[in-house]
Amino acid sequence: MKTNNLILQTATKVLVFIILLFSVYMFFAGHYEPGGGFIGGLMASGAIVLLLIAYDIKTVRKILPFNFIKVTATGLLFSAGTSAGALFFDKPLLTHWFTYVHPPLLGKMSLHTAVLFDTGVFLVVVGVTMTIIQTIGESE
Amino acid sequence: MSARELIELIGPLFIFIGTIFTFLSAIGLIRLPDVYTRSHAASKSTTLGVLCTLFGAFLFFVITEEFVSIRLLLGIFFVFLTAPIAAHMICRAAYRSNVELAEQSVQDDLKPFLKEEGMKDQV
Repeated sequence: MKTNNLILQTATKVLVFIILLFSVYMFFAGHYEPGGGFIGGLMASGAIVLLLIAYDIKTVRKILPFNFIKVTATGLLFSAGTSAGALFFDKPLLTHWFTYVHPPLLGKMSLHTAVLFDTGVFLVVVGVTMTIIQTIGESE
Repeated sequence: MSARELIELIGPLFIFIGTIFTFLSAIGLIRLPDVYTRSHAASKSTTLGVLCTLFGAFLFFVITEEFVSIRLLLGIFFVFLTAPIAAHMICRAAYRSNVELAEQSVQDDLKPFLKEEGMKDQV
């Protein structure tokens, strides 16, 4: 049966962008304010779940052609890589390092390797949540 | 009371109005007869109540701490956008699963249309 889901689908088109933007904001705010990789990843997967509710699983797979198990693996690689990277500089495991840079237009920025670790957390959370939901949703 | 203290009261005033609206909507949720009228009470006045409360908090932080919280503005926009859609989806799901209208209702324009399409039995 063809259902007429116009209101939900039109709203989703706007809402997904707001949720994704807020998840990215949460991810980058993590160092100085509440937020971080975990909650950002959960919010991003929440946006994808909203897409899944408004459209169907095939459409979402066409929009986001990722294998979410591989996303999880990439996240684990990021986290393991940044924690093991300290070993190359003769420092203990999980030692992080930061510096201040002055790029044009953006002013003084502090770049920290903990962001890379957090990116790993973000990817793992998105990958695991989406794998769980897609696996449950597909089984008949 | 000085002028500054009076200005600081604007935020709490909005929060108070929002609380009253939310309370009224809770009363409507109890007293109204069926799902559709209850959803009408719950979606409209709660949305306005939450918007007033968030706006009051926004004003309070702007006035007392000179901090413009863009997250509260985004929250206002988000609730304003999502709450009516949620009510719409709930009412629609209720209608399509044959939840009866209240006894006082006199007209149901959607019913003959859905019967014609043969949708009502399938959903």
